[in-house]
Amino acid sequence: MTIHPPTYRWELLDHYSDATQQRESAKLGMWIFLLTEILFFGGLFCAYAIYRASNPDIFFNAHKALDLHLGTFNTVVLICSSVTMAVAIRSIQLDRIKAGIGFLTATLGLAAVFLVVKFFEYSHKFHLGQLPGKYYTYTGIKGTNPHLFFSVYFSMTGLHALHVIAGMIAISWMIYRASRKHFSARYYTPVELTGMYWHLVDMVWIFLFPLLYLVG
Amino acid sequence: MLSPYGMLSRYGMISPYGNQNRYAPDMSAKSKKGTHILPLKLYLGVGIALLVLTATTVTIAQIPLGPYNLVVAMCIATIKALLVAFFFMHLWFDNKFYLVIFGTAIAFLGIFIMLTMFDTMRRGDIYQEVAKPFQPEAVIYEKATPDTTTSHDTTGVIPSEHK
Repeated sequence: MTIHPPTYRWELLDHYSDATQQRESAKLGMWIFLLTEILFFGGLFCAYAIYRASNPDIFFNAHKALDLHLGTFNTVVLICSSVTMAVAIRSIQLDRIKAGIGFLTATLGLAAVFLVVKFFEYSHKFHLGQLPGKYYTYTGIKGTNPHLFFSVYFSMTGLHALHVIAGMIAISWMIYRASRKHFSARYYTPVELTGMYWHLVDMVWIFLFPLLYLVG
Repeated sequence: MLSPYGMLSRYGMISPYGNQNRYAPDMSAKSKKGTHILPLKLYLGVGIALLVLTATTVTIAQIPLGPYNLVVAMCIATIKALLVAFFFMHLWFDNKFYLVIFGTAIAFLGIFIMLTMFDTMRRGDIYQEVAKPFQPEAVIYEKATPDTTTSHDTTGVIPSEHK
């Protein structure tokens, strides 16, 4: 195949010996960032485990206050968005840039659907007073201190929602750059790294969903 | 392990390609490094597997199994997470050093949660836990609603009875 020199400077920076080495270095950095993200969420998972171990009855009673249908719907939405993200990267790897932009836009749309559903869940809980800590005013859940469950719920899903927003910003940026023809079969590393971040967000939700909605 | 030649070429001492080819990712099928474009069917298959596993875990959660509900749900979630990591994040096909980093994250998370759980679950074994005396100033939500007679029953209750 004919090799053209890079169109843009960042396609191969001077301090790398070849494109493969540059790409692998970028992915290595991204994996180390994802490691810190896993440990970042790990603190909240640990808090969940402690609160649940000392108050199992509250977690069981309070998890019924969450809407299982909306939770399942959101899980399906995030899984579909992961598939569209993976297919978007594949399209750009095959130089189908327009299809890639289409799948990236689909991912962005599914992320927006996730946040809209989350907004309705949150506003419903705000309305009922199922809030963390001292703001808790709901009386429909049996047991001592049911606000503990909602403290954990809002911390974990809130941090996850912030990650979804960050992912949406990154995906929008990738759509902009792809539309400016910055990516091709030869250079697509930023899209790939954005995809890795998005899959991590999906992976965190895969654990949050059963812990909060299913087994309380 | 890389051969000396492989190490030299990887770290840029010598180039296995001509000067021009250094711009291209290594696309040859036999190459272990370089891009690996996965078939579309694989992505769709993994997506369908994830949806089926979601349906399974929701269904099983409706059956009361006691503590095994948590075990089953966590096992299914782990399978789903591994599917995402191995296929969507290409961990299975990429440089195996990424797998080491991912494994390190999981291992340290495991140590973190496991050691905390030893403490949380076994605390009562060493000494008898006694109910703590009532300390109104230590209860944050006491200050928000000082009139405890009109507020609902959970306000101002400290968990003195638990355990």
